[in-house]
Amino acid sequence: MKEIEILIIGGGPAGLCAASAAANLGATVLVLERDGEPGGQLVKQTHKFFGSKKQYAGDRGYQIGNLLIEECKKNPNIEVWTDTTALGVYEDGVVTAERQGKHLKIEPKKIIVATGASEKMIAFPNNDLPGIYGAGAVQTLMNVHGIVPGQRVLMIGAGNIGLIVSYQLMQAGVEIAAIIEASPTIGGYLVHASKIRRAGVPILTSHTIVEAYGQESVEGAIICRLDENWQQIPGTEQDLNVDVICLAVGLSPLTELCFQADCQLKYIAELSGHVPIRNEYLETTRTDLYVAGDVSGVEEASSAMVEGRLAGISAAYSLGYGAGVAPQLQAEALAELSELRSGPAGQKTVKGIMKLMDKGEAVC
Amino acid sequence: MQTKETIVCRCEDITLDEIKALIEQGYRTIDEIKRVIRAGMGPCQGRTCRMMIAQELSKYYGIPVGEVLMPTFRPTVKPVKLGTFAGGE
Repeated sequence: MKEIEILIIGGGPAGLCAASAAANLGATVLVLERDGEPGGQLVKQTHKFFGSKKQYAGDRGYQIGNLLIEECKKNPNIEVWTDTTALGVYEDGVVTAERQGKHLKIEPKKIIVATGASEKMIAFPNNDLPGIYGAGAVQTLMNVHGIVPGQRVLMIGAGNIGLIVSYQLMQAGVEIAAIIEASPTIGGYLVHASKIRRAGVPILTSHTIVEAYGQESVEGAIICRLDENWQQIPGTEQDLNVDVICLAVGLSPLTELCFQADCQLKYIAELSGHVPIRNEYLETTRTDLYVAGDVSGVEEASSAMVEGRLAGISAAYSLGYGAGVAPQLQAEALAELSELRSGPAGQKTVKGIMKLMDKGEAVC
Repeated sequence: MQTKETIVCRCEDITLDEIKALIEQGYRTIDEIKRVIRAGMGPCQGRTCRMMIAQELSKYYGIPVGEVLMPTFRPTVKPVKLGTFAGGE
């Protein structure tokens, strides 16, 4: 049994920032990372971040990832176990994990769940044909392994992931036949959408995929328009000749461990699914268990990093570290979060968090 | 491709038609559907299909998707070999 003050599950942007923040206040921290390297989804993000200098605006995602990894490596209070998947959170607070075929037990004083999110899939005929990818998978394939998924792509979803991955495909010489979006408006930042439109790629809002077709793999897709009730309009079908269909239809928070730990969860559409009820400092209804990043509501890496820092400070503070400075640091993180969420894109998150806190009042 | 199948659970290869048929037979929860047809019992443990099945239940019973009963979540979150347990702590 491994004993540790703070256990962080997930070594992505939220988890690494939580680790640094807690360790800087003096707590000893263990980070569990499923992959061979920490960094989470930052490793494949070749685009520059927005926000302010404090959230590394202007730097590219993977550069930020490297910075966070370096910071954790330098800190003697932080231990990172890679190739390690947390398996369960038990009633007595013990966390189990698997590391390279070995079953391990950890007994932490505090837990920060920073497991992130997974890609959503949608139902349409032939949605299991080879050539149909999640947008995250395409990004990994291209930006980590240097492999293009095909020649001509239909992108489904005009949120930021759909737009950014489309642009990166174009940079890699892949043609984008169209980006389709079921809602009547583009979900992502217009600065990304404009770049794509200027290159001549159509972004078709109120459109959906009717079906994919092909013998051994994707050879094409039928798309059509949707009416104001999200119903397909007969006669508006278009046949697109593509060999890749890329799904960028949103993410779901990875909350299995929170469910297991008996946290109260609530379905909040604005936060992309079931999320744990938590107080301002990100502690859930299970005492000593905190959440940070996409698992507490799907947002962006910038806010995941600040949430990680806030959870790290709060967990360390509750163990008696940082008595003089922690409240000030918490206030700073909270101010940064409201600033990040102050734009039009952040309104959805703000609304979601308000709904989440509503019935959780008693535990706050 | 002769038949056009819409897959809901990729791990266990379960189609939308199969899920809909079970709901029409009277199965009311994700857990019931899981026990009858194994949807959500593969390597990803329902990460992909869980909310798609919830959508179908929500449509059929006319309730918001947030009110569809979630399945019980137990350790482990991913399949683990028995040998791992036998050799570990």
